[in-house]
Amino acid sequence: MAGIVELLINGLLLGALYALFALGLSLSLGVMKMINLAHGDFIVLGAYLAGAAMSTTGWPALACMGLVVPAMFAIGWALQAGLLNRVVGTHELSPLLVTFGLSVVIQNVLMEVFTANTRSLPSGDLALQGLRLGEVSIGLLPLLIGLVSVALYAGTHVLVSRTHLGRQARAVADDPETARLVGVDARRFFALMAGFVMAVTGLAAVLYGVRTPFSPTAGPERLLFAFEAVVLGGLGSLWGSFAGGLVIGLAQVLGAQVSTGLGPFFSHLVFLVALLVRPQGLFGAARH
Amino acid sequence: MLRIESLDAHYGLFQALFGVTLSIAPGETVALIGSNGAGKTTLLRSLAGALRVRADSVLLDGEPVGGSTEREQLSRGIALVPEGRRLFASLTVHENMQLAATNGRPGVWSIERVLEAFPALRPLLSRPATALSGGQQQLVAIGRALVCNPSFLLCDEVSLGLSPLVVDEVYRLLAIARRDGMAIVLVEQNVRRALIESDRYVCIQKGRVVLEGISASADRHAVAQAYFGV
Repeated sequence: MAGIVELLINGLLLGALYALFALGLSLSLGVMKMINLAHGDFIVLGAYLAGAAMSTTGWPALACMGLVVPAMFAIGWALQAGLLNRVVGTHELSPLLVTFGLSVVIQNVLMEVFTANTRSLPSGDLALQGLRLGEVSIGLLPLLIGLVSVALYAGTHVLVSRTHLGRQARAVADDPETARLVGVDARRFFALMAGFVMAVTGLAAVLYGVRTPFSPTAGPERLLFAFEAVVLGGLGSLWGSFAGGLVIGLAQVLGAQVSTGLGPFFSHLVFLVALLVRPQGLFGAARH
Repeated sequence: MLRIESLDAHYGLFQALFGVTLSIAPGETVALIGSNGAGKTTLLRSLAGALRVRADSVLLDGEPVGGSTEREQLSRGIALVPEGRRLFASLTVHENMQLAATNGRPGVWSIERVLEAFPALRPLLSRPATALSGGQQQLVAIGRALVCNPSFLLCDEVSLGLSPLVVDEVYRLLAIARRDGMAIVLVEQNVRRALIESDRYVCIQKGRVVLEGISASADRHAVAQAYFGV
């Protein structure tokens, strides 16, 4: 019994990390109607940046978030203002092509600079500590990641529903043409939005790097998990993406129980079945 | 003074306006009259910054402002109420106006003032904007432009599809704005109503100004002729 509870908790906590991956994707898809195919590679880039920051400053991994998150914000802002604003809203395919190219470039630059070796961010004894609740033991690090994920989703929810920034985001998502008429400067706003998305990605990247070994080519699979979480939860639903991440994580951990190598296979299977049964996603409204 | 001088406007290769020249004085109401496709909406969109036009074809107090962005025009005091209301469905009634008020200019118009004029909107504030009736949505759409405190309010088909009673409500709101000294450019299908509500009228046909004059002394026959192009 305790084993099953532990398994479920581990699945949910892994899912919380996938939900973090999905948050940025969900926002850029929901507001800018843009799919960033390099999203996974930016997660890996963030992890490498954290690694570089750690070896330069000697700070622990989590402290390096203070450097990685602002750096990723700047990257996101510059990327949107300088490159993606030229293609967003023109044709659905253009951002896809541009970000696909970016994905190839990032992977190869990482390979060139950091070699193809798998590496991870040392986290000291944080990775070894655990909490014991009766018969169930939970890793401290996964728990921390889970809490950060929930907090970030809650924070983003408040940002979207209560602030001027959020009202602009929803207006642009509804009707970009009319949003401009009420003074939303779409390009400037998108750059800010992309900065926020990338800052969240940077935060997820450090947590990912501490939890799992990574290599320059690990990006596309992160993108796939994030994408499945967003679609599973329903496009345009923030908490839907969170739930989607949990489902993907749960499926992976339970699947790995059946056969060690089959974790990702099971999550893809769950995704496909869910897509067949409920194409609009768990929390998505049916579109007519 | 908002002056439009030999304004040409294009949608890609298609030219919608040909050398339109007219001016709108502060505080006056000008009705744009013309059939569908005459170029009235294009003219309003050019003024609001939604359409790229030559800089010197729109002059605000002598300063060329054509081809600016919507945001820049809003900060100069030109606001558009788009045809079909176009409220944001994901925002509540209050948020729709709040968004505009934050981006607009400071001034006498606030959400509170819109609500004072139309207390019936007050209990609907937290509803999704598109859950309202057509007439209520139109009032919110005008309110959304008013809270930006423009000097020139551009109204595109604000009475389209509304019952006569509701149309009166809409014009009551515009009358309050007019009393404050706001200039209004009115696009209205109902020619009789357009002439009643305006100081001057301008008839547009196939992208050109064909007739203009004082609304009170307008020759209905000549206006009808200009409207139908016969």
